[in-house]
Amino acid sequence: MIHFFYDKTFDGLLSCVFFAYEQKRFPDMILSESDPKPLFMDEQYYVPTEKEKSQRVWAALEKKLSKTAQNMMLHVWLSELPEVEMLLFRYICKNINHSKSYEMNFGDDDVLRVKEIALKVSREAERLRMFVRFQEMADGVYFAPIDPQFNVLSLVVPHFKARYANQQWIIYDTNRNFGIFYDIHTVQEISFSPKDLSELKLGKLSDEKLSEEEAMFQKLWKEYFQSITIKERINLKLQRQMMPKKYWKYLTEMQ
Amino acid sequence: MNETTLEKLKILADAAKYDVSCASSGTSRGAKKDGIGTAAGWGICHSFTPDGRCVSLFKILLTNHCIYDCAYCLNRRSNDVKRTTFLPDELAELTIEFYRRNYIEGLFLSSGVIRNPDYTMEQMLRVVMLLREVHRFNGYIHMKSIPGASQELIAKVGTYVDRLSVNLEIPSEQNLKLLAPEKDHASVFAPMRFIQQGMLESAEDRKKFKKAPRFVPAGQSTQVIIGATNDTDKQILTLASALYKRPSFKRMYYSGYIPVNTSDSRLPVLAKPPLVRENRLYQADWLMRFYEFQAHEIVDDTQPDLDLDVDPKMGWALRHPDFFPIDVNVAPYEMILRVPGIGVKSAQLIVASRRYGRLNSVQLKKMGVVMKRAQYFIVCRELPMQTVNELTPQYVRRQVTQKQRKQVADLLQYSIQWE
Repeated sequence: MIHFFYDKTFDGLLSCVFFAYEQKRFPDMILSESDPKPLFMDEQYYVPTEKEKSQRVWAALEKKLSKTAQNMMLHVWLSELPEVEMLLFRYICKNINHSKSYEMNFGDDDVLRVKEIALKVSREAERLRMFVRFQEMADGVYFAPIDPQFNVLSLVVPHFKARYANQQWIIYDTNRNFGIFYDIHTVQEISFSPKDLSELKLGKLSDEKLSEEEAMFQKLWKEYFQSITIKERINLKLQRQMMPKKYWKYLTEMQ
Repeated sequence: MNETTLEKLKILADAAKYDVSCASSGTSRGAKKDGIGTAAGWGICHSFTPDGRCVSLFKILLTNHCIYDCAYCLNRRSNDVKRTTFLPDELAELTIEFYRRNYIEGLFLSSGVIRNPDYTMEQMLRVVMLLREVHRFNGYIHMKSIPGASQELIAKVGTYVDRLSVNLEIPSEQNLKLLAPEKDHASVFAPMRFIQQGMLESAEDRKKFKKAPRFVPAGQSTQVIIGATNDTDKQILTLASALYKRPSFKRMYYSGYIPVNTSDSRLPVLAKPPLVRENRLYQADWLMRFYEFQAHEIVDDTQPDLDLDVDPKMGWALRHPDFFPIDVNVAPYEMILRVPGIGVKSAQLIVASRRYGRLNSVQLKKMGVVMKRAQYFIVCRELPMQTVNELTPQYVRRQVTQKQRKQVADLLQYSIQWE
């Protein structure tokens, strides 16, 4: 078994590809140094992350892959699933090794899996665009906590920036403990202290932090949600299918 | 915003809920300077109510007062219900505040008719003008055109909204006359034609001048009520297919009739809304829009109503066993689309991937093909399985409906009380 160790960055992963082709050693597993060490390690390599090398690999991929396929790779990376290192590694190798374009061969398990994961990630990003709920705070900033399975916050920032161009907002990933703050001009990354975070995780901000009108609009929205339901057609299974329970925590109308 | 707003909201949302359209698609619009809102192009749902329907637009009536007395409508003048009216600026502010919190994608404004159609339409126009010009709202607006409103008003409204639509409600003229004696189909088709004309003219202008105003950029849609009259699925689907041929027409909505006015003898007594039939109509609609089916292939004079046991695509396949089996590794895309259990996405994946090698059933399954249904209609890399021709359509029909019958049996089991 050949093991590579890397720093858990995308550039690091691309450096692993460069390293493998340069040394002609191909890994069975790519681990980060914080991962638990496997029992048997015949060969192990610590691959340093080098920007120049990772850029060369990416440039090669840009020549071979369509924009869609490049985007899918980034989505797969953002999934943070344990399988992604080896999956992306194999995907890159297959595309480099084939003289003709390989990305449309969905009969290949890796190509199909990349597409599947990318779809899941973009679906979760879409769910954020759907289910983010802002609450107006006393200082006029609109605040929304989120708790996505995948690391998709960066994917939805352009959407919210364009849509709410004239209001200040924060979208905060309570699971990864970082958020994006938009101040009408630019976006910046922020993170809260652990004490504030524990309150955020509950989803409900205390009343003194909210603006005066916020409670009223939440009430109006809940009332609207009740009134628009057709009682003769109740179908809770369909509701859960379209709006999975894991999102309910931060949905105003489901409180 | 206070308790009276809350009370109005309750009444007017409740009165608006039977309009099924919720699409917010069809317009792509980026942000404008100093404004709020965008239109995403594909449309975004923001919530799902306990009936499983999506909430995309803030669907609301301006008023539930009405001068008409249509049998199928909750708001008809002879009904004894609480009546109320929103003030235009009250409704505009509510829309903006909901939008700021990402509750909604925009506004879907409809209304009962007060005084006369033009007066009603003017009130609605004030709401959208406030939104666009005072609040600088750039999101999606869908407005219902009031039958009988003047062309000048429609022309003005069309420059502010994304979608402007008129509901047919009853598929055939004679039944409409029966249930809504004050209306006729001409009052629906005339504004539909006028809106289309406006759209085509604006599209032509925009070819010459980039800044020419857009007119109803997301097109129009309509709704028919299913099961309130004796109209057949053939009549409904023929109507839909004729409408889809028009360039401005985007969607037909089918709304299973829910008895809101139980005392009216002109309306049927239904134990349950016809939800299965509604679902089958949507499937047939999909076949016409995305699968290149014609209305006459789905229903004809020998079978004017859709089969409730199997979906319309399966129904077509069982009536045409001679068309199958189809070899997914060589057949053209349009033929693969006709196989039950293969959708648009998997058909595209098949066509893209088969250039690299012949596909087998395991690969097909991974691409999303529902083999339970498709197996009787295709050949792939393995030895041919038994297809619909050897097994007979009757046998396949039993196989694909068997699970449903088991589910029904299960349900019956549960109703027995074991004490």
